[in-house]
Amino acid sequence: MTTQLPPGLSLEKVDEKIMTLNVGPQHPGSGHMRLIIQVDGDYIVACDPDPGYVHRGEEKMAEYRNYILNIPHLERPVIHDSCNILYPYCLAVEEILGLEVPERAKYMRVIASELNRCVYIQYWLGIYGIFLGHSTMFMWPMGDRELLIDLLEKMTGARVTHSYFIPGGVRNDLPANFEDVCLRQVNYFEKRIKEYADIFYDNPILIHRTEKTGILSREDAIRLGTTGSVLRASGVDFDVRKKEPYDVYEELDVHSNVLKEGDSLARSKIPWLDMLESCNIIRQALEKMPKSGSIRQKLKPNPRGGDVSVYKRVESGRGSLGCYIVSKNKPEPYRLKLSVPSFRNLIALPYLLKGEKLGNMPAVYWSLNYWPVEADR
Amino acid sequence: MSTEKDSEQQEAPAAEKKQVPAKLDEQLPKFEKDLADKVVAKFGEKTEVAFVKPDRIRINVKKDNIKEVAEFIRDDLGFDHAESVSGVDYPEDKEIEVVYHLGSYTDPQLSKQILTLATRAPREDDPKPGNDSTHLPSLREIFYSVEFHERECFEMLGVYFDGHPDNRRLLLPEDWADLPPLRKDFSIKGR
Repeated sequence: MTTQLPPGLSLEKVDEKIMTLNVGPQHPGSGHMRLIIQVDGDYIVACDPDPGYVHRGEEKMAEYRNYILNIPHLERPVIHDSCNILYPYCLAVEEILGLEVPERAKYMRVIASELNRCVYIQYWLGIYGIFLGHSTMFMWPMGDRELLIDLLEKMTGARVTHSYFIPGGVRNDLPANFEDVCLRQVNYFEKRIKEYADIFYDNPILIHRTEKTGILSREDAIRLGTTGSVLRASGVDFDVRKKEPYDVYEELDVHSNVLKEGDSLARSKIPWLDMLESCNIIRQALEKMPKSGSIRQKLKPNPRGGDVSVYKRVESGRGSLGCYIVSKNKPEPYRLKLSVPSFRNLIALPYLLKGEKLGNMPAVYWSLNYWPVEADR
Repeated sequence: MSTEKDSEQQEAPAAEKKQVPAKLDEQLPKFEKDLADKVVAKFGEKTEVAFVKPDRIRINVKKDNIKEVAEFIRDDLGFDHAESVSGVDYPEDKEIEVVYHLGSYTDPQLSKQILTLATRAPREDDPKPGNDSTHLPSLREIFYSVEFHERECFEMLGVYFDGHPDNRRLLLPEDWADLPPLRKDFSIKGR
């Protein structure tokens, strides 16, 4: 009955004399969460992640609001990736209410979702850079990110909290001449992020700090149920866009990036490669998108779902993001659960930090692509 | 404060459609149906296939059998990790349901599939903080990835997972002394 765990996956109790450090929750490099780290000299012997400092009760709130009113607050856990966190919710509600999304809206969703993925990854990359002491790598992504934020603002009307996806389609149509502007900016953006290799990823100091630190083997990545960049950096080819294509991803040529090393360097490289892939997807979507047509199916006021439960998932900027809705003939969901990638990846942290030097903690922690607010919901 | 809400909840139909009608059998997706049939062939009466949809299967089991069914699903069907663990409170049935969404990274045939394994535990009428009468066996030994999900379910719905090595609070404050917040008895102020 009991599974024998391999030696790498055992966390033993340590002596009282070992020093305990609280990293966080006041954001000195931990995000809004606390890591209770026990150190023996300079080496970490145990780590107990303590999230929950930014818990907002999104799931409880969703039980009191109808399917439309749930849209703006559900994107709050990760505002930099707000399109992707609403995506599984919209897919699930569409299945519950039996809505059909127009073809043009599906492509617009893909474009918004990929732009948002880049915006999120740029923000994360900036933080990863600054916590490794590389201040240029903070400035560059924050600056280049504005290009795509401008595009999203043109598209949705808001810089970060878009509330753009609604069950049945998207909220508003593209402005005139958007396709040309988008293509031009995305091409320039791609040229810019390719330059990051010279200053960051090929930088011997970065490689020295991140290579072979916090190694997660392929078997452990699967066993721990990690997702997204953490999983793909450990050699598992799993991208929901490819494995379970939603909306129009089936018609697009999506390449998923996989590295075998499983160390911090590989985990930090995957999101960057994902951004390059996103640029390809956006170009394809712009080309294939119908030039005109309906952008949403009109909803009845206060729509009621049947007596069903639905689980939908998408690939967000951090990994697979699932939404489970139990509907019970009411305008509100009876129960809504967001299964977020940050929360799923957090389980790997104690195993990654064990045996590392304390100085390597930020390199390992931030390589998880972890967003505390999303994990807490 | 929440009387209106409560009466509305009681009116809602409690019965769930759990049985697949026999005449629809041919229309069901074959691959998913075969997977569900394997579980039924092995466990028979102990399991109940709630639905078979494209890429989604749901199996309801009694709490005493969940460990052997989960082990079968892992070893013989090839599902290797849990995507999410959700607890759902049903005060009318006096039960709390815990739903495991299982997926597979290793078997390419299963990459689209999500197998939903659901079980129910009896729920106390008057939940009190620290009153742990809602028990379920933990699946942590079978699916290692449920560790944090079960901790979250424990604090949010008050389901104590027997055999979980680390039944501590995760997201709630350490001094939380109210009902588990995702139970339906816990109502948001002003709503």
